[in-house]
Amino acid sequence: MTTSTTPIPARAVTGSDPAVSLAGVTKDFGPVHAVRGIDLDIRPGEVVAFLGPNGAGKTTTIDMILGLSQPTSGEVSVLGLRPRQAIAHGLVSAVMQTGGLLKDLTVRETVQYTASLFGQTRPVDEVLAGAGIAGIADRKVAKCSGGEQQRLRFAMALLPDPALLLLDEPTTGMDVEGRRAFWAAIREDAERGRTVLFATHYLEEADQYADRIVLVSKGRVVADGSGAEIKGLASGRTIRATVSDPDTAALAGIGGVDNVEVRGDAVIVHAKDSDAVARYLLTQTDARDLEITAKGIEEAFLSLTGDSNDDPEGATA
Amino acid sequence: MTAQTIDTTTRRVPPLGGFSLTVLRIELRRMVRNRRTVFFTLVMPVLLYLIIGTNDTYGDDRAGSGNVSAYILISMAAYGAVLAATSGGAMVAAERALGWSRQLRLTPLSPVAYIATKSIVALAFGALSVVAVNVVGALNGKAQMPTHVWIAAALIAWAGSVVFGAFGLFMGYLLPSENVMQVLGPVLAGLAALGGLWFPIDADSTMGHISAVTPIYGLANLARWPLLGGAPHLAWILNLVVWLTVFVGGAAWRMSKDTARV
Repeated sequence: MTTSTTPIPARAVTGSDPAVSLAGVTKDFGPVHAVRGIDLDIRPGEVVAFLGPNGAGKTTTIDMILGLSQPTSGEVSVLGLRPRQAIAHGLVSAVMQTGGLLKDLTVRETVQYTASLFGQTRPVDEVLAGAGIAGIADRKVAKCSGGEQQRLRFAMALLPDPALLLLDEPTTGMDVEGRRAFWAAIREDAERGRTVLFATHYLEEADQYADRIVLVSKGRVVADGSGAEIKGLASGRTIRATVSDPDTAALAGIGGVDNVEVRGDAVIVHAKDSDAVARYLLTQTDARDLEITAKGIEEAFLSLTGDSNDDPEGATA
Repeated sequence: MTAQTIDTTTRRVPPLGGFSLTVLRIELRRMVRNRRTVFFTLVMPVLLYLIIGTNDTYGDDRAGSGNVSAYILISMAAYGAVLAATSGGAMVAAERALGWSRQLRLTPLSPVAYIATKSIVALAFGALSVVAVNVVGALNGKAQMPTHVWIAAALIAWAGSVVFGAFGLFMGYLLPSENVMQVLGPVLAGLAALGGLWFPIDADSTMGHISAVTPIYGLANLARWPLLGGAPHLAWILNLVVWLTVFVGGAAWRMSKDTARV
């Protein structure tokens, strides 16, 4: 079958458009405010984790980026195009956690079926081999294990060589080795310019593999930065050093210090700016055995998305 | 962070909204592979014809330009076409339950191309069912009617089954089940009886008046019209058109709801 060429608006040609751009996006379901105003730009080639508790509005936001639902207000654009246009051009793929497969098709038929719906795709055999499912190409989907079905979903998503890949809890059910191999492949693609946005509950995973973490809670972005920045933002770091006769008042006076504690000859300082505290201790005192520890991202996550930020209309789906 | 970007300027939108012969081929293969579908839409109408239609006590009685066997053959072909078209349309129920419909919405496939594909599959299977009953009927030799009646009746039974493709689609959106045909099979058997496919219904009786507003009535009478002769009644055509409108409207309504919710 032949394919027609539809020119993409000139705006996209510059390549300077963000991979994803959300401007003042809200989404209501009746009286429920699922998304309450998200502004977000994701640059091409970024690997971004979308992190948040259930009901934070992650899935609703991803659905709007995919053009599966329309925002109540605000603008969504993908690579400078409207979401449905980007999908029609084969620029966006998504991998959902479950479902999305016909049990009575074989693995190869599923990929062929999907491939024939796009304007152009990578060769079916190449994609099957790349996903490690060439050996089970003639097996019925119903007879594939959960892991094999997940690989098939990836094969389908990678068929059009998308510029933007959205993943919903991508490594659920994978073992440690599988997870590592998966992320290695994703990082490799990102280096070629593919943008990846993944929703996850594996907080460590977000910290380890994302360039950037966008923390969402109650329909808003509550934090946005690298894993280290998020952790620092939420709970700061703990500096511990052995100091003879510490000047607690001077320590407490350093900007960003939350708490100073003396235990025997050790001083323990909680601070947002650990560098300033360390610099003071090492230059102004006889401190030794200095240790700086970051709190885990788990704690950062809890303190940023917890119930501390009071919101009377906080009921979200 | 990144030296390269993926070239987004050379991407093409597929023609015809993503309609593809590959998909059509795979969809047809799916239906033929489904033993339950094959039994109920291909084997059962043939068996019913052989059991009911070839009975020696009435089979050779005259019916229009042919015999009673021919009359029953046409009825069973119409029943097969109705079952096949409904099954084809109702496939959407399982696809929605499995999340396949959502998956398809992440591809360039347009809803119109999707419906076109499903309709062609439903009609192709309807054709297969009509051909099966007619070929077995011809080989069996009991049914007698002029050649043009064979052809006209088969074509009408097949074309009229499009109403039930829409019915299957509507029910497929209404009933989110993987086994929607287990519900629709008995419903269709009942509608076939009311529509006059199992036994003739006196048009002037109370039963006849009820029959005239049920969905299979129009198709049953139009399919037998080449055999029985005369002018087709306006009521038959009206019945077919009204039910087609109801089912297409219902399917379109459910489909738009579906899109809005996901």
